[in-house]
Amino acid sequence: MITLPTESQKTGHIRLRLNGEETDVAFAPYKTLLEVLREDLGHTGTKHGCELGECGACAVLVEGKPVLSCLLLALECDKKDVQTVEGLSADGKLHPLQEAFADLGAAQCGYCTPAILVTAKALLDQNPHPSRERIREALSGNLCRCTGYQQIFEAVEEAMLRIAREEQAGS
Amino acid sequence: MPDEKQMRVIGVSRRRVDARAKVTGQTRYADDIFLPRMAYCKLLRSPHPHARIVKIDTTRAMAHPGVYAVLTGKDVPIEYGILPVSQDEQALCSDHVRHVGDPVAAVVAREELTAFEALDLIDVEYEPLRTIADPEEALASPEPRIHNYGEEGNIHKRVSLEFGNVEQSFAEADEVFEDTFFYQGNTHLPIEQHAAVAIKDADGKLTIWSSTQTPHYLHRALAKVLQMPPGHIRVIATPNGGGFGGKSDPFQHEIVVAKAALLLDRPVKICLTREEVFYCHRGRHPVLMKFKTGVKKDGTITGMHLQTLIDGGAYGSYGVASTFYTGALQTTTYHIPRYRFQGCRTFTNKPPCGPKRGHGTVQPRFGQEVQLDKIAEKLSIDPAELRLHIAESSNTVTANFLRLSTVNLKECIRRVVKSSEWNQKFRKLPEGRGVGLACSAYLTGAGLPIYWNKMPHSGVHIKFDRGGGVAVFCGATEIGQGSDDVLAGIVAEVLGLDPFDIRLYTGDTDLGPVDLGSYSSRVTIMAGNAALQAAERGKAMIAEAVAEKFGVAAERICFANKHVFDAGMPEKSVTFADAVCLAEARFGTIGTMGSYTPPKSPALYKGGGVGPSPTYSYTAAVVEVVVSPTTGWITVPKIWIAHDIGRALNPALARGQVEGSVYMGLGEALMEEQEFRRLPKKLSQALVHKFPSMLEYKSPTSLDMPEVVTEFIEEPDPRGPFGAKEAGQGPLLPIMPAVANAVYDAVGVRIDEVPITPEKIVKALAEKKAGREPRFGPSHFPHVDWPEALRVPPPWEGGDGQAVNDVPRSGERSAEKEKVLSS
Repeated sequence: MITLPTESQKTGHIRLRLNGEETDVAFAPYKTLLEVLREDLGHTGTKHGCELGECGACAVLVEGKPVLSCLLLALECDKKDVQTVEGLSADGKLHPLQEAFADLGAAQCGYCTPAILVTAKALLDQNPHPSRERIREALSGNLCRCTGYQQIFEAVEEAMLRIAREEQAGS
Repeated sequence: MPDEKQMRVIGVSRRRVDARAKVTGQTRYADDIFLPRMAYCKLLRSPHPHARIVKIDTTRAMAHPGVYAVLTGKDVPIEYGILPVSQDEQALCSDHVRHVGDPVAAVVAREELTAFEALDLIDVEYEPLRTIADPEEALASPEPRIHNYGEEGNIHKRVSLEFGNVEQSFAEADEVFEDTFFYQGNTHLPIEQHAAVAIKDADGKLTIWSSTQTPHYLHRALAKVLQMPPGHIRVIATPNGGGFGGKSDPFQHEIVVAKAALLLDRPVKICLTREEVFYCHRGRHPVLMKFKTGVKKDGTITGMHLQTLIDGGAYGSYGVASTFYTGALQTTTYHIPRYRFQGCRTFTNKPPCGPKRGHGTVQPRFGQEVQLDKIAEKLSIDPAELRLHIAESSNTVTANFLRLSTVNLKECIRRVVKSSEWNQKFRKLPEGRGVGLACSAYLTGAGLPIYWNKMPHSGVHIKFDRGGGVAVFCGATEIGQGSDDVLAGIVAEVLGLDPFDIRLYTGDTDLGPVDLGSYSSRVTIMAGNAALQAAERGKAMIAEAVAEKFGVAAERICFANKHVFDAGMPEKSVTFADAVCLAEARFGTIGTMGSYTPPKSPALYKGGGVGPSPTYSYTAAVVEVVVSPTTGWITVPKIWIAHDIGRALNPALARGQVEGSVYMGLGEALMEEQEFRRLPKKLSQALVHKFPSMLEYKSPTSLDMPEVVTEFIEEPDPRGPFGAKEAGQGPLLPIMPAVANAVYDAVGVRIDEVPITPEKIVKALAEKKAGREPRFGPSHFPHVDWPEALRVPPPWEGGDGQAVNDVPRSGERSAEKEKVLSS
């Protein structure tokens, strides 16, 4: 038999736009966005490697910009637009970054991949034709222990070309 | 095996079968598992590096609101460990803690934070003991003993092996070189922290999901500690978010959540913090090495004597194997006709060391390749030419009785010499810029299992469905290396299917036949060969049934493009699904098995169990560096690497393994180190980890990683599936020595120590300026009381693989004797 704390712990409450969907969630107010995404919203695609803002595995897009969700209180995300790896594909189709990462071996264990994908998306959204140097800079906060990064750079560049081709075909 | 020209899957760069799951975030790692009624576990870890536990009082923690249970050593008293000879770990320490981070109690609570809070409410009384900080201190201090087993005092293991008269080989040499090197320890740093979830199933049995590389060995440890029949335990290895050897031991947290789930009858989860991952460690052993090598004027090696002093940390782990590995593979790259190896592993009060990528062979490879660079310079021979002159050849048996299959080391050297424009660069680049070359070899799977047995090392079961579905069941564990893709690719190639047609059930001790785990670069050759055999057996049954229908000989039946057809009349064909139906009608339900056992090794002497492998991979690398003569800062603009892989099953993935190895090697070469410091006297003088965080434990970022030019040498090895050899470990080994050799080419100083930091370069440059030896590195190798060497005459001196001064083995090795095994 266990005793329980007398007060309810889930006193935090926010409404956010998660991958395009209006979402309500109640949670213990000390929780980070990372914890609320994974534990209270069932979005386990976003990972954690240190929970201290060191490894970059928890990056998500808040208002389109990459942030480390382990350093951000969920309470700070009320009314914000949050995008995670679960929101990258659309209409049953993978995002060109996902396709390129899959095709070129840019994901090995895959654990750092969700954060790298959203970080790369933020880069390409802001700069559709980044140089290799710019890609290296943009991803420098995301540690990957498997790949040696080369295939990741190549996949971002390949995605850049595929997006350009899609846009050309669409226009 | 299909004709090479007709292969559609093998040898083609393609999307790995689990890629979609990885890029959509759907891969379910252990910490992604959430179950109804799940409780959370946290471990209380020792703040002392060495202490007796006088008393543990859990009353206050138990009373904390939201706490379900508090466990201590009394709940899990049975000792375990990865090697049969080192059963020295307890899931929760009962009376003795041996390093900062050793777990002493566990709290299980409704919320993770509650469990964490309750840790503070456990009252533990410790009686601190003197700490042993390093091997020299361990040698000098037999008391207090960290363990009550081992050779004596704080010496865990000493080995001494001699293959031919090495003293005589030095007498016959034109020059004898003596060099001492130190390789600092470092850790795996997988981005995924270890996690596990355990549940008591509806029928009372146990299931545990864990980020483990070795579900089979965890299965054995759980059965032992929990005193349960193995058949009542199911271990599911979730895809690992990186392993690199760091998830190869059975861990305390796995045993604790299993015990807690059984006690509480509810799911229990644990996810370690990053700091705790540093305490689990099992990483690279710090090793002090002394190489004495005799050479002729043309560079021919007459003999070598290697001594290693190994800092094992607080537990045995794989350490006995690691000790042998520090001397096992020296003979596999260059012809060494006479060889003496002495290795000594000591216990210290630091997190236990174990197997990290390249297990035990990385440190002596560094020393050997740097010493060769010095030898080449002294003899005025180009280092590449020297290596070409002494490189081993295919189908030889080494002085220590390792049987080499295909050896393409010379071709590796030629390739990197060409691609890097070595001949235009070596000793020709401007001051501050240099190139260095180094080589290596590595096991393609350990030849012996960790516990002595005669059973296969890997098994594969294939189930054929009437709808044409093919399901592959195997214990092999996906740790990111592409283990699932190897299985799917091989089966698809044999059956003429697309790899995405295959369903995979892997890393699950209930569903698949045993595979020993993802370590020692063994999955491709062992699970791959087992899959090949199972697929060929299924193919034969299907071919026979189809041949009967067509009225032709079974030899004429071919499998391609999801069809089965008569090679003589290709228009005569059935779909693969129809072919399975024919086979099922003919033979009954179709399921086939395949298994793989490595060939017997000629190394019959005691300790000869570590080193044998079905075949070895070979690598050569050239690293270019730019070194600032004022600050010692090193940048690496480019690396060229050539790898003898036999055959790249999926070249995109194989390249990823090579470049990932280069990356990790570069991290070890330049920055990664597991350092400890003593707290000041007023704070107990405890030995604490200097950098238990990712911020302070430096690893290369995307900005640090140079361009890597990767080439494969593909001569199919008869022992590999479709000729494949390993790619995931060997390419790490040449990087550190190549960097050291490049630094010498750039600024003329020898850094005989890893990591090679700017600080060390500046110190060595100061020595150079002062006219002293331009070097930074260890100055001496301490005295060790070595046991009498087991003397094994090499093959060319009439040796039969047995020691002349050991009790001869009659027929089979006894289980007792063969507990010293490989990993």
